[in-house]
Amino acid sequence: MKRRLPLIIVMLTGIGMIIQYFIPHPVSKAIYKQSIDWVIIISAFYLVLGVGGIFIINYQKIKRRKEGWWLSIITLSALIITALIGIFGGIDNKSVFMDIFMYIQLPMQAAMFSLLAFYIASAAFRSFRARTPEATVLLITATIVMLGRVPIGSLIYRGLPGITEWILSTVSLAAQRGILLGVGLGSIATSMKIILGIERSYLGGGE
Amino acid sequence: MNFWIRISDLDRRWIYLLMAVAIILPFFVNITIPIRISPPTQALYTYIDTLSPDSGPILISFDYDPSTQGELTPMAIALLRHAFSKNLHVITMSLYPTGIGIAENITSDIAKEYNKIEGRDYVVMPYAPGYQAVILSIGEDIKNTFATDYYGNRTDTLSCLNGVKNFEQIPIAISISGSSTPYAWITYGYTKYGEKIGVGTTAVSATSYYPYLRTKQVAGMLGGLKGAAEYETLIRKFYHTKGRSMATIGMNSQSMAHIIMIILIILGNISYFAIRKQNKRSA
Amino acid sequence: MSTNIWIWIAALLTLAIYSFLYKDNIVYKIAEYLLVGVSIGYSIAITWYNVVIAKMVVPIRDQHNFLIIIPILIGMFMFARFSKKHGWLSKIPISFVIGWGAGVAIPLQFETSIVEHVKNTIAIPWFGGNILLLVNAIIIFIGVIATLIYFYFSTPHKGVIGKVANLGIWYIMIAFGASFGYTVMARISLFIDRAQFLLHDWLGLIH
Repeated sequence: MKRRLPLIIVMLTGIGMIIQYFIPHPVSKAIYKQSIDWVIIISAFYLVLGVGGIFIINYQKIKRRKEGWWLSIITLSALIITALIGIFGGIDNKSVFMDIFMYIQLPMQAAMFSLLAFYIASAAFRSFRARTPEATVLLITATIVMLGRVPIGSLIYRGLPGITEWILSTVSLAAQRGILLGVGLGSIATSMKIILGIERSYLGGGE
Repeated sequence: MNFWIRISDLDRRWIYLLMAVAIILPFFVNITIPIRISPPTQALYTYIDTLSPDSGPILISFDYDPSTQGELTPMAIALLRHAFSKNLHVITMSLYPTGIGIAENITSDIAKEYNKIEGRDYVVMPYAPGYQAVILSIGEDIKNTFATDYYGNRTDTLSCLNGVKNFEQIPIAISISGSSTPYAWITYGYTKYGEKIGVGTTAVSATSYYPYLRTKQVAGMLGGLKGAAEYETLIRKFYHTKGRSMATIGMNSQSMAHIIMIILIILGNISYFAIRKQNKRSA
Repeated sequence: MSTNIWIWIAALLTLAIYSFLYKDNIVYKIAEYLLVGVSIGYSIAITWYNVVIAKMVVPIRDQHNFLIIIPILIGMFMFARFSKKHGWLSKIPISFVIGWGAGVAIPLQFETSIVEHVKNTIAIPWFGGNILLLVNAIIIFIGVIATLIYFYFSTPHKGVIGKVANLGIWYIMIAFGASFGYTVMARISLFIDRAQFLLHDWLGLIH
């Protein structure tokens, strides 16, 4: 029961949805429409679960005085304060909640990700080498695209943006499409395996 | 120690500093290099430009979070300015909980520039979980997907959505995203309901949408900050938009940084081959 | 220079993140933990208004849609995760969503990423269209086949297959080169955005 029930549900919902796609009967359409609503609502609980999980991890870190526990106090207080301000003060663009989002969360997250601008420069300098003919082709294409996609490229050579666009819409497109077809077939196969109960990793370990 | 060995052992922080200077300095130099419009940008612009206020609201989905907002927000702003200049109705939303905060802020800021009113000229929808189901649900009945707007107003009372039931009344849905959500819009919006899809994406993902442009599954695309700058150029030229053009302002820095990157790669390679030659000789 | 306190907070936090480029330090750590807390707090408030109120309370209270109580109950099984004994119940909502997603995806994905792209690849405009279009279509056709063969490992890459697979490598290298060029562009753009925030919004040094 414990192991079978989830597999039966997966099979029923999966096959049910495939059938409704091919048989657009009013009844199957009604079930389809209803099922969309249900999925949106059930998915909401994923979010609740995710948020709850992070809360518990940080709470336990403080409780057990693990290394860096005092940093978790910052996390938990920020979490509680932000959530309370949002829930009781509203979330529109005149609210303090939105100020916290726009002036604390957004700039920090954006800055953190923008560190990659520096890392990629350092990495390219250290490891982007024309060791083989293949690597040389990769390097030359990268250079053409780097120049062809910025305004200065057309000052260096007028035809550069055109060449870049041509590479992107023919040679690069062909390889991307080859990869796309492979990935597409792979993900359809995975979906089939899920429905047939062969692929079960989404259920996690244990009973 | 040999010059090339010293170059290859350069402390990474000097490279960081060089990059920072390459990006910051051009802001203070007053040079304008003309921006050429690439075909995918032109295609998206042309399509939106053919729409009229009677065509129904366009949908812009802010499917990104703060980490990629530097590239993507300028696109959202340019698209909103274009739509509001043409008095098109706009629906904004997000398939990401973090994206909804950006969507709400940017939409209301740009609406203010054009004296547009929420509910009458545009609607911000709340975040709804389960992207696959959300797109399919809009294809059936958008007022059922979103019973209220972001501010809690019932969507069936908003004049902006009068006569709007599903994708049939929405001429285009544009997904601005740094992840794979545009694929979901293509699969569940275009293939299932025949909705026209526009894509605004980070430069990292841009190459992977070219196959979809060729099949016309995607009507047009803005790729990276350059794509945003191209769109800004078009709306400035044809609609004389006034607001700050962030992407265009950043283009000199982008040019400079790319030149420095190429010089770094060349230097790295010269030092690599010089050292290799030296090692061979000493062996 | 800005007189808005929020801009100052955002600017100082941005600098705190960038301090990491020099070396790891406590100011960066504090900013990092603050970011985690604020972002979860943000998610909680957004979930409360956008999901709990908008997707559950409003439909039941205002629209008397009592049918959605069923998915709410199914979703609540997710909380069984926190129990050792009844943990398996959390697999019911998960399997519902996964099965549904797979069933919906299979036919649509097949059409989106396989049918359309195969059709487009073999539709070579032999007659009528201009010569450049014809050449491009042939380049794409050959590239797609070569890339697919390169990734097809069930047959050894020898003889003709080996030669075609080898051609596939060149296509893939050009595509990766283009992607790399674009990746550089993306990373740099992110810092351009933060630099504009610091120089324009905060310091007012540029227009």
